[in-house]
Amino acid sequence: MILSISWRNIWRNKVRSLVIIFSIAIGIFAGVFSAAFFKGMADQRIQKVINTELSYIQIHQPDYRQNSDFGNFIPDGSALTAKIRQLPHVTGVSQRILIQSMLASAETASGVLIAGIDPAIESTVTNLNTKIIEGAYFDGIKRNPIVIGKKLAEKLNVKVRSKVVITLQDLDNNITSGAFRVAGIYSTDNNLFDESRVFIRSSALIKLTAFPATAAHEIAINIDASENLSLVESQVKEIAGDKEVMNWKALSPEMNYLTEAMGIYMYVFIIIILLALLFGIINTMLMVVMERRKELGMLMAVGMNKRRIFTMIVLESILLSITGGIVGIVIGALTAKYGETHPVDLSMWAQGYQQLGYDAFVYTSVDPVMLVNVSIMVMITGVIAALYPAYKALKNDPADALRME
Amino acid sequence: MKVIEIRNLKKTYNTGEVKVKAVNGISIDFEEGEFAAIVGPSGSGKTTFLNMLGGLDRPTSGEVVIGGANVWELSSRKLIDFRMNNIGFVFQAYNLIPVLTAGENVEFIMQLQGMPKKERGMRTKELLEAVGLADRINSRPGKLSGGQQQRVAVARALASRPKFILADEPTANLDSKATTSLLEMMAEMNKKYNTTFIFATHDQRVMDKARRIVSIEDGRILSDERFER
Repeated sequence: MILSISWRNIWRNKVRSLVIIFSIAIGIFAGVFSAAFFKGMADQRIQKVINTELSYIQIHQPDYRQNSDFGNFIPDGSALTAKIRQLPHVTGVSQRILIQSMLASAETASGVLIAGIDPAIESTVTNLNTKIIEGAYFDGIKRNPIVIGKKLAEKLNVKVRSKVVITLQDLDNNITSGAFRVAGIYSTDNNLFDESRVFIRSSALIKLTAFPATAAHEIAINIDASENLSLVESQVKEIAGDKEVMNWKALSPEMNYLTEAMGIYMYVFIIIILLALLFGIINTMLMVVMERRKELGMLMAVGMNKRRIFTMIVLESILLSITGGIVGIVIGALTAKYGETHPVDLSMWAQGYQQLGYDAFVYTSVDPVMLVNVSIMVMITGVIAALYPAYKALKNDPADALRME
Repeated sequence: MKVIEIRNLKKTYNTGEVKVKAVNGISIDFEEGEFAAIVGPSGSGKTTFLNMLGGLDRPTSGEVVIGGANVWELSSRKLIDFRMNNIGFVFQAYNLIPVLTAGENVEFIMQLQGMPKKERGMRTKELLEAVGLADRINSRPGKLSGGQQQRVAVARALASRPKFILADEPTANLDSKATTSLLEMMAEMNKKYNTTFIFATHDQRVMDKARRIVSIEDGRILSDERFER
């Protein structure tokens, strides 16, 4: 019955309770929605990096990342690739030959990293083929097509169909060069990537350098959904033996840090909101206790012990907070859920964001764990807010309280 | 059988430099089934006396022995339980819990006592019937008249099966019709359950009903008279 008394007590002063409930609801709504918004933003950014640059998992020779020598390749790359392709949840496996080289146009030259790929297979792993802004993805040029980034095209002052020359050292350290024509120009959100990475057919690179046809420097793996990452990763590790298998978090720690930092910021933000609300709830509960001095005295006189009085006040505060909290969480979650399919349009400020690699349209992303955590935090706030008022209530002397007629 | 034994009870208030002796050495016993009124002008110390009797106000010295236990030797925690199980309270301002219905107000104390739900429900009904409010069991105090609220308060006071009921000016806020019927009802309860009633009052109508009248002035007993009614 104490629970029922606490709940009914809330509605004794409807306006006052509704004011505090709505302020809690608005605060929590703001917290939940912002959290979903910024998580969505970070998720989108990461997804983009995974889709265009990183892929989910990469395999290299154990020391390749320290010594990216052309000769430091995975000899049985094709066999490994074929095995990984059989794994569940794997949607694409691309083997790449990588080599540092010089790319020269008629006017100037620039150092680049050449990736020798199978264009059709590469597009099952990365979405480079959708990033073409001029020309076509390996189409339209019969002999030796090359796909380069927009930034590099500007630097070299080349257009689609322009001729460029690659100069590189083959496995025996002989300088060789080959002429290529620009088939397509791509543009991602990462200028550095656009300026330094070019793509040619692996067959052309093999021909130019006498590289073993089944070997690869890098095997990039795409999977169906990020929640299957650890499962696939462990299976790949089994197959790959002594090779170095790394997921995107390890490949790009700064991206992983982005999500973690974003999560921490959001909790700090919500704690600040709750701290502000805390004082509002304390104020309300103090008013409640002052107003009901006589009633509390009566309850103590007829046999409510201190523990029960305390419980009653704390419950009232918790119920008040959690009612507001639930309203806020529900509205926040629904709005954020809507935002998962209807993006927030930031195009007014999009230029700045895009330079940082963020999208102009942000799809929110609701984290159910966070919703649960926020509910618990609201409840804790309710308890903390009740402590001082409840202490005040216990200080009540029943004889004194009853004397106030 | 003695329900309450009071020995040389004193209460002194320190208001600044002046010491006020609100109760100045009262010794008196109450028997089971009494219907007694403690009367006196305001400021005579009768409310203070009643509060000390009820375990609400700690005396400066003296003893209040209820059912063999010296009330003021109990710890404050035990005292609350003691009050709950031994003493029923009826206040001048009714003091029902406004958010609970009449029935729930009566039931509440029994729940605090840990009485099983079924028994509680039956006793609530019985008591409300006894005070003539069976049909208002689901009404909240705000929907009841003053007289009706005080009847609920009496039913609540009886609910815990106390050794005695203390009523501090229970009729002060009631009109004469409600006063008369409330007093009749309380006299009936007194007979029916053999529960001791002790009033603090200066209401003549209460005195007319009481079978014992204890007059207090300046914190001392002036007279102690018994009547056959």
